[in-house]
Amino acid sequence: MTAIQQKGQKVIALNGDEAVAYAVKQCDVDVVAAYPITPQTIIVEKFSEYVHDGEVDTEFICTESEHSALTCCLTAAAVGARTFTATASAGLALMHEILYVTSGCRAPVVMAVANRALSAPINIHCDHSDSMVERDSGWIQVYAENNQEVYDSIIQAFRIAEHAEVLLPILVGLDGFFLSHTLENVCVLPDEVVRNFVSQRQFPLVKNHEGKLVPFKLDPENPITIGPLDLQDYYFEHKRQQEEAMQRAPEIIKKIHEEYAEISGRRYGNGLVETYRLEDAELATICLGSTAGTVKTVVDELRAKGVRAGLLRIRAFRPLPVQDIIEALRNVKAIAVMDRSCSFGGYGGPVFHEIRHALYDSNPHTHTVNYIYGLGGRDMSQHMILKIYQDLEMIIKTGRTEHLVQFVGLRE
Amino acid sequence: MASEWKFTAKEIAERPDLFMSGHRACAGCAPATVHRLVLKATRGPTIATNATGCMEVTSTIYPFTAWKIPWIHTAFENAAANASGIEAALKILRKKGRLEYEHVDVIAFGGDGGTFDIGIQALSGAVERGHDFLYVLYDNEAYMNTGIQRSGGTPLGAWTTTSPAGRKIPGKPQLKKPIADIMVAHEMPYVATASPAFWIDLIKKVRRGLEVEGPAFLHVIAPCPRGWRSDPSKSIEISRIAVETCIFPLWEAIDGEYNLSAPSKLMALRPERKKTVKEYLKMQGRFRHLFKPEFEHLTGKIQETVDRRWQKLLKRCNMP
Amino acid sequence: MNTEKKKGWKEIPMAGVCWVPSTSYLTGDWKIYRPVWDSEKCTRCVLCHLYCPDGAITWKAKTNEMIFNYDYCKGCGICEAECPTNAISMKLEGEP
Ligand SMILES: Cc1ncc(C[n+]2csc(CCOP(=O)(O)OP(=O)(O)O)c2C)c(N)n1
Ligand code: SF4
Ligand code: SF4
Ligand code: SF4
Ligand SMILES: [Mg+2]
Repeated sequence: MTAIQQKGQKVIALNGDEAVAYAVKQCDVDVVAAYPITPQTIIVEKFSEYVHDGEVDTEFICTESEHSALTCCLTAAAVGARTFTATASAGLALMHEILYVTSGCRAPVVMAVANRALSAPINIHCDHSDSMVERDSGWIQVYAENNQEVYDSIIQAFRIAEHAEVLLPILVGLDGFFLSHTLENVCVLPDEVVRNFVSQRQFPLVKNHEGKLVPFKLDPENPITIGPLDLQDYYFEHKRQQEEAMQRAPEIIKKIHEEYAEISGRRYGNGLVETYRLEDAELATICLGSTAGTVKTVVDELRAKGVRAGLLRIRAFRPLPVQDIIEALRNVKAIAVMDRSCSFGGYGGPVFHEIRHALYDSNPHTHTVNYIYGLGGRDMSQHMILKIYQDLEMIIKTGRTEHLVQFVGLRE
Repeated sequence: MASEWKFTAKEIAERPDLFMSGHRACAGCAPATVHRLVLKATRGPTIATNATGCMEVTSTIYPFTAWKIPWIHTAFENAAANASGIEAALKILRKKGRLEYEHVDVIAFGGDGGTFDIGIQALSGAVERGHDFLYVLYDNEAYMNTGIQRSGGTPLGAWTTTSPAGRKIPGKPQLKKPIADIMVAHEMPYVATASPAFWIDLIKKVRRGLEVEGPAFLHVIAPCPRGWRSDPSKSIEISRIAVETCIFPLWEAIDGEYNLSAPSKLMALRPERKKTVKEYLKMQGRFRHLFKPEFEHLTGKIQETVDRRWQKLLKRCNMP
Repeated sequence: MNTEKKKGWKEIPMAGVCWVPSTSYLTGDWKIYRPVWDSEKCTRCVLCHLYCPDGAITWKAKTNEMIFNYDYCKGCGICEAECPTNAISMKLEGEP
């Protein structure tokens, strides 16, 4: 028997969206509220089938907008429900206001984002500009490499978000079309194993206006007020609390990732970052999401030729696992950070900003350059990745960085 | 519909205030009275939510809260979505045996801005989906929280800071949106209008709105002395005259069937008691400019509009 | 008025959950005029209680009295205006 079968798992072919829906079906979710948008639509469609076939015990709210979808999840979570939503691109942008409200209200909503470009011009294909703009919204962000990880991450997400030490919403990114619409074999756990793993929501105690310590939820017996007007006196303190929860999150993400590995046999690095042939690497690329799969192939080719190439995949972009990043890149000489979104007028893409900043004190002599790629679903070929590693070799050889920020896969 | 709730004034007086004293609404704020009265009419465990606006702001200045019952605010345009999420959660948690209450009522409060304008999409969606909740529109006819700007609920000719009484354009050039009729067009089970002056009628309607299964909508006129430039002691009187002039008639539509409520029925049966709109307008500084000779024709236009809408309503109510 | 020392971020409930009832905030000092009640004229119709925006008037069943809570009354004058028997009169603060 294989390890998979031992754990009672089975392999089924799922596209990324179906993998999300399947995981949500198993997690005893109370309220799902969502609105269709390509490339996320399959999630709501699939979940609707589960609801209409009586396969889930979930209130499914087909809202009139993403703004309302997230609002519904937020207030349902405030009542004590486990909640889920999914969106992409314009839908996430429409939710923008409520993303901040959700984290500020400490509502542990789980959301899948099938990453897609933002208009204009309108484009339905993959890039990370939709979720990258939300990096400061107080949501945990996890990006998956393949459909297996999509499935696994959604299950872990409920545990992370609802953890009493965290209580923050979480976004699981899956690359639009590359994952959302691509069939892959996914190993799924038995329903009861997942159910046990996610268990039921627990509620920390808060002091209310009656001077009582009460569970943090809207309960008529133990009333609380959530979402007041909070001015100069205390707003800052509440934001500091949110940052504290973020700082506590990495340990909990790792712990839950490890617990999950025990029931599934699957690990993604330490849950925060995944290193690939990085131990003795001189050249490294850094990326998020499905691109990592292609990069790994290129790394193998280079290694076969004796080039010391490696990859660092950031799985949790928020909170940014700074120490893990520094540690993983300690001996690397040149780094290419790959950004699938553009920070117009900025100094490189958002991932670049953060990585270079993280390395500023620890690895000051490492060359760190940036490649903006794949906007609007533009393919990132092995050839282009190979070229990036060649650039890095040249940088090490000459000790000079010709261009700090470049566009790759773009016609002049 | 459930049996009619009978109550005396003293019974209502003995009920605790679930909207507590110490809130920071201006002196004479009728929306505050409306919130108090609505909560006095609740029948059991209740969760409330507000759209951003004066009542949300003045009732929850951190770390204080005027809400005895569980309450949440999230944003301006989504009070009905707040209610949708709350209701859905209650329903499923009850089904799964994780809620100890037989039933919990859900009330969403929104101002005119949060209802006629920015919140109409969420409201329409929530009603179409049929969530079981009561939406209370406290209508002070402008965006008061941000300093008196016009809304889709601001009446013709009214001064606001974005519809100033200019030399050329005297106040708001457009009519008030017939929001309650728009809600009736949703074929929802219960829609009604109310005025705090007619508090018995208001309380009964709140109770009916809660008892009905599915969404209920209550449109309450709520004078704001600060924004209406009116005497704070006159807030209740203005809300009475609004009914007596038929500017704000009281009615309910149960499953789409319109019926005049007693205070307005009186106006239908005894038209001679109907007051002219001028009596209403003159009590409020926001209409002062309409009494200048060059703009006097506008009061005639306002009267015409009120009469036209009143006739339309009488027809809907099968009144002669 | 709340004069206690402001708390740090580790001391306050999370998510902006309010920990003080509004009744701890006294709005009584907003008023210029104060309602004065005449028990003789009053019929205990309780309309003043119902209309007061601030819940500053309560009816005490035991003694059948209307109690005016000046800690919250903002002096708007609605109660005086609405009292059907003129049992309430607004007096300038500090004057009898
Ligand atoms: C999306 C958004 N736009 C604008 C505002 C600013 N804003 C807050 S309250 C308000 C007006 C509220 O008006 P209304 O709903 O009539 O309530 P009122 O204050 O009059 O009681 C506005 C414009 C906001 N909070 N959110
Ligand atoms: S501005 Fe108007 S609605 Fe707002 S608190 Fe003051 S009186 Fe009430
Ligand atoms: S309104 Fe006047 S008569 Fe009625 S209870 Fe109050 S004081 Fe007495
Ligand atoms: S003056 Fe206004 S606030 Fe004071 S008791 Fe009378 S109605 Fe209430
Ligand atoms: Mg308003």
